[in-house]
Amino acid sequence: MAFTEEKLQELLSILPDKVKKARKKHILVKDSSQPDQIIEANTRTIPGIITNRGCAYAGCKGVVVGPLKDMIHIVHGPVGCSYYTWGTRRNKAKSEDPTQNFINYCVTTDMQEKDIVFGGEKKLAKLIDEVVEIFKPKAISINATCPVGLIGDDINAVAKSAEERHGVPVLAFSCEGYKGVSQSAGHHIANNILMDKVIGASDKEEAPGRYAINILGEYNIGGDAWEIERVLKDIGYTIVSTMTGDGSYEELRHAHTADLNLVQCHRSINYIAEMLEIKYGTPWVKVNFIGVEGMSQSLRDMATYFDDEELTRKTEEVIAREVARVQPMIDQYRKVCEGKTAFCFVGGSRGHHYQGMYRELGIETVLAGYEFAHRDDYEGRHVIPTIKTDADSKNIPELHVNRDEKRFRVKVSPEKLEELKKKIPLSEYKGMNFDMQDGYIIVDDLNHYETDEFIKLLKPDIFSSGIKDKYVVQKMGIPAKQLHSYDYSGPYAGFNGALNFARDIAMSFATPTWNFIVPPWQDQPLLEGKMAEGEGKAC
Amino acid sequence: MLDATTKDLKERVSGGIINPAKTCQPIGAMYAALGIHKCLPHSHGSQGCCSFHRMHLTRHFRDPVMASTSSFTEGSSVFGGAANLKTSIKNVFSIYNPDIIAVHTTCLTETIGDDVPTIIKSSEVPEGKLVIHANTPSYQGSHITGFSNMVKGMVSYLAESTTPIKKEQINLIPGFVNPGDMREMKRLTNLMGVKSIMFPDTTGVLDSPMTGKFEMYPKGGTTIEQLKDTGNSKLSIALGRFASSEAAELLQKKCKVPALALKTPIGIKATDEFIMALRRFAVTEVPYELEEERGQLVDIMTDTHFHFHGKRVAIFGDPDVLTGLTEFVLSLGMIPVHVLTGTPGGAIGSGMGSFEDDVREMLAAANVNGNAKGNGDLFTLHQWIKNEPVDLLIGNTYGKYIARAEDIPFVRVGFPVLDRSVHSYLPIVGYRGAMRLIEMISNALLDRQDRDAADEDFELVM
Repeated sequence: MAFTEEKLQELLSILPDKVKKARKKHILVKDSSQPDQIIEANTRTIPGIITNRGCAYAGCKGVVVGPLKDMIHIVHGPVGCSYYTWGTRRNKAKSEDPTQNFINYCVTTDMQEKDIVFGGEKKLAKLIDEVVEIFKPKAISINATCPVGLIGDDINAVAKSAEERHGVPVLAFSCEGYKGVSQSAGHHIANNILMDKVIGASDKEEAPGRYAINILGEYNIGGDAWEIERVLKDIGYTIVSTMTGDGSYEELRHAHTADLNLVQCHRSINYIAEMLEIKYGTPWVKVNFIGVEGMSQSLRDMATYFDDEELTRKTEEVIAREVARVQPMIDQYRKVCEGKTAFCFVGGSRGHHYQGMYRELGIETVLAGYEFAHRDDYEGRHVIPTIKTDADSKNIPELHVNRDEKRFRVKVSPEKLEELKKKIPLSEYKGMNFDMQDGYIIVDDLNHYETDEFIKLLKPDIFSSGIKDKYVVQKMGIPAKQLHSYDYSGPYAGFNGALNFARDIAMSFATPTWNFIVPPWQDQPLLEGKMAEGEGKAC
Repeated sequence: MLDATTKDLKERVSGGIINPAKTCQPIGAMYAALGIHKCLPHSHGSQGCCSFHRMHLTRHFRDPVMASTSSFTEGSSVFGGAANLKTSIKNVFSIYNPDIIAVHTTCLTETIGDDVPTIIKSSEVPEGKLVIHANTPSYQGSHITGFSNMVKGMVSYLAESTTPIKKEQINLIPGFVNPGDMREMKRLTNLMGVKSIMFPDTTGVLDSPMTGKFEMYPKGGTTIEQLKDTGNSKLSIALGRFASSEAAELLQKKCKVPALALKTPIGIKATDEFIMALRRFAVTEVPYELEEERGQLVDIMTDTHFHFHGKRVAIFGDPDVLTGLTEFVLSLGMIPVHVLTGTPGGAIGSGMGSFEDDVREMLAAANVNGNAKGNGDLFTLHQWIKNEPVDLLIGNTYGKYIARAEDIPFVRVGFPVLDRSVHSYLPIVGYRGAMRLIEMISNALLDRQDRDAADEDFELVM
């Protein structure tokens, strides 16, 4: 792989000057001889560039809040925003009491022109009354959309009075779509409210079992969380809460009782992870449950943290059993995949996490990036002190928590923590760039033009991204794998997930359909057969 | 499934929605704009809308859906988005080089009151390139309204009356239907020997072939020249009042092209009306090929009437498609007991009668005592079904939850269909579309009969 700065310049050369200047800072060619390769990220999207990004509402309601199954999530706005987050993200949920599982419902104030003109607060309050009467949910969320902030509807006041009226918690999320520059702002807004109003809201002081953990930033896409939980429970962990895949308001309230927080998606949940550590003294460890190696390493890191002989023994036993079961089958699929190259451009975390899994299949990820991650997700958390909040993101509120004197517990002594930090990624994430090889490309907020150009230049064998790119890439005759929705497959996390992923990737190469793209009349001559001697001479 | 839905039909007065049977305007406008050749739709708002609309259309068609956005930030939301739109126009033309940009708006830009035509006028538009727009506030109407507004935008920006005598051609406004339906409408028109300009026309755009090469602007779409020429046509046929008639009326006002509003030609009666309109226009005999098709359809209807007759059916979807479907199931002897759309009343600002009145009239004429509702939601539909059960549900993908919860045979028709493929390639309009509908309906009903039959009642021949 010899991608050079010169080639990059050439690729960008057709762009208008301003765009070129801006985009250059978002693209890196990995070069480990340079100590600090800085990438620009989490800045405003260039208008008209054809970005893949969504909005703060999607990040808040669509990603973090929506999966909480025992809440009714009211979208305060015109109909579209609620409609597009209805069943489209595959955060699965099941419930012992199906009348308290609202995952298949879509509730909106459906604002009309008169609500824009006269305000929508009354309509919202009435809808809350109806929802309480019909569904009797454990809690309700109100999710703001673009016009709500502009017309000045006070959703906090509506929430407060509804809460008093019904005795049901009502959480207001001011996640208007124009806030910040991407989904990321919505994550932060969601984290703040969940930390402030939900986590710790129960009177439980003790976790319900040994080795109590929370799984943070895991949304159970295609059943990922269930596969992770299967293995963790087998080893002996007690899962207090999962944020927020198959999660619930009920269990989230107890999250303060856990001994360790696992962070899968750093971008969307690191705020809560940090705050839990400050408020309750719960350390967090960065995990990656994608791929056999990632999964095994994460389990070992957890065992190291708990430092318990029995747990360690059981961890190794489960890893050995699971690897023995799935690895031989994965190896078969690897034969189809070996030696190929991939692009991996996903939201704010999978762009990194799937590279390891690809490598296990013998596939090198030659270009990777995120839609909306921040510099720490690329460069590692050590750069956080150097990140400046720009004008577009400065209005995202920062929640500052203090130590809860009653509940704060030292889970591991400070000396032990320091010792552990040398062995496992405690309160640490090294970022994506760290794992990429020299000459590989890192792109932030990849747009359609760059997608097209990079594909022409690097001719990847597979492109993993989202639904908007999928058919663009497939039309070029290149397999495209959705790493948001998993193309309706899954789970992809954990041991079973690794096997599913290997099967699906191998299938995308092996399908006979690629062979039919060129019609036979395009590569076969019109006249067939040998010309008889002398024929044609007459003319 | 949907276990929290109660049977108790208590009136909800808030005006809020539980499980919508509609979505918002801009997606309809984006779809319409994709029906212009070498056009890039542009969403003037924050980028979330644009992503959602592209995603949803992509899921329905399984084809690339390109569009750009102004990507508002909080600053532009407060101070106006003129700079964002101007930058977008400059960037789109220099990087993506469409012949035309079709701008639509969102609830954000409509609420802050961005004056889009003025912004466009002060933008840098390269020589020979065009920018058109439509206002598509998400807090009015539905995606169908958005489609209608963008088609009106095409007329107001592009249609010109340039010939002293109108040309022997008609304008065909197909409404919010699939490319498969548009192909069928064009085929019928061609068979009748009528020259037509269909706009918008997403055939060849959203059902484009696999060639190994990605075309940002596929072969299909109504050309700008054709769109201009619509002003010289002798007649506009608007298929589907909600989606199409306003553009036809505007064309009448602007270029003196008479407008004729017909139902979306779903089922035998509506297709007959369409063919008769073409026959009147061209003063020509209906070719045998069409007579044969129609005869085949009636033959099938007669052969299979016992599959359908008396079966109770619930239908939901977009109003134009729904009107045709209701009429068609009635002509099969079925009983449409629940008919519901999420789209409110008539299209905004038009003098149209309501959807509910249309459906009630049809039901009354057939002596059917049924529910009809505009501006309804699927929570209501589900409750209706719990109270008055049906044998069949017809609607878009979102109906699958109700179908499963109540164990009802389910036929996917309309927009969006996100969980099955091929549907957008094949028509539901015309006589052939009606045959396809019959096949889908009878397959669903007979599969159920097979599934439910005791071994001794399991039939070989049905």
